[in-house]
Amino acid sequence: MNRNFRMTGRSILLLLIFLGLLTDGCNRGAKSAGENSEFEATGTLDPETQEQINTAKRIFYSLPSPLETAMLIKNAGAEYDERLLNPVENTSIYLTAKSRALNLGIYSTDLSYASLFDQTQATLNYIEAAKAMADGLNILDAIDEETMERLENNINNRDVIIDIISETLMNSSSYLKENGLEATAAVVLVGGWMEGLYIATNLVGEDQLEGNKLVERIVDQKLSLDIILNLLKQSSEDEDALAVMDDVKELKSIFDKISIEQGEVTAVEDPETNVTTLRSESSMKITRDVFNELRIRVGKIRSRYIS
Amino acid sequence: MTKKGLLFISLFAFMLMLPVAMHGQCKQFAKKICKVGLHPYQHDGNYHAALLIEGEEAELYKTFYSDTDYRIGVCGASNLSDIEFKVVDSNGKVLYDNSLKDFEWKWDFKLESSQQLKIVVRVPVPDAQVEEPSEGCVAIMFGFLD
Repeated sequence: MNRNFRMTGRSILLLLIFLGLLTDGCNRGAKSAGENSEFEATGTLDPETQEQINTAKRIFYSLPSPLETAMLIKNAGAEYDERLLNPVENTSIYLTAKSRALNLGIYSTDLSYASLFDQTQATLNYIEAAKAMADGLNILDAIDEETMERLENNINNRDVIIDIISETLMNSSSYLKENGLEATAAVVLVGGWMEGLYIATNLVGEDQLEGNKLVERIVDQKLSLDIILNLLKQSSEDEDALAVMDDVKELKSIFDKISIEQGEVTAVEDPETNVTTLRSESSMKITRDVFNELRIRVGKIRSRYIS
Repeated sequence: MTKKGLLFISLFAFMLMLPVAMHGQCKQFAKKICKVGLHPYQHDGNYHAALLIEGEEAELYKTFYSDTDYRIGVCGASNLSDIEFKVVDSNGKVLYDNSLKDFEWKWDFKLESSQQLKIVVRVPVPDAQVEEPSEGCVAIMFGFLD
């Protein structure tokens, strides 16, 4: 009796793991957890359960969020230029899931950019635009009336506004991932990333490239290209994700002409603050021709996204 | 329909909905526990959380940018043991291992040059033989200083 009960319990657990695999919000890679593990084994599981766990390791690919993108642009010493943003009047032309997802990302970056530069009216306009896209994608309560009210009541308090934006981004992302819409979540992120690249490349314009912090940030995006492509590959059965992947590959062919040399990384902890500095040297090389090619190509892709 | 059939369908529907309901709890956990713990660092808005069972591993790839102060937070539900995590560079060099820091759930760092890093996470298996391992939410979150 006891043995029968244990078997049933295990079967239910295995079924739950299986159902979890079907419905969970992150993707699994092909690597076994036992293979190339960074950890030493601890404890013991019965072989049957261990085998279930070992079927695949969960893998997340993280892109800079719209908020991080805007922070990077601002901290690079860039200025605010509203002419570079996607006009909020465009919200009514986005009728497909793909265009709404891309422009949810685009408007989220515009919103973050405006708020970090204390542009109160633009912040209100762009949260409305982002809400329209989220509503169009049926993302429930990503930006609800209470959020809008809180934003309006704190429009001069940047910390609260940024916190509200962070929460709305998390609401959208978690809703999409928890409802099996990882492909849409990926397209939203790429839309936001592309908008950041568009704003940054246009803010550089004809300025000198050497010693330009914003150019460094643009070149740094080369480090994220394989992350973006792997993220989209996880949704390769989705045609919107596939189309966006082609756009990113177009950019990759240009980023391949940029070189980044990186030295060995050494971690040094400050015992007083407990903050670790990752020390390393790096250098990059980008020519004016390659930069212009990148700016023009990003502009063309972004123009397709917003029209 | 027989009582047995009805019971089977109810059980199946319950099991089908259970992970969805648990994911909802996962979001609340990430929001109420992990995100709050990132303060004074600003959460970036990204959501990386999943239900993991004891013995399971996960990895996350992200680019971190120079001259930015970051906090990585890796937190697990209270029914799980302390979560182990390591931060590894693109050459496989371990830059941080929280098992050497009493399983501290967060790590603050900054970079002299931008790097793509990998965060590897594992829910440890308790020393005693476990026939039915626990399952719980694990969230990986990032904050930065403005």
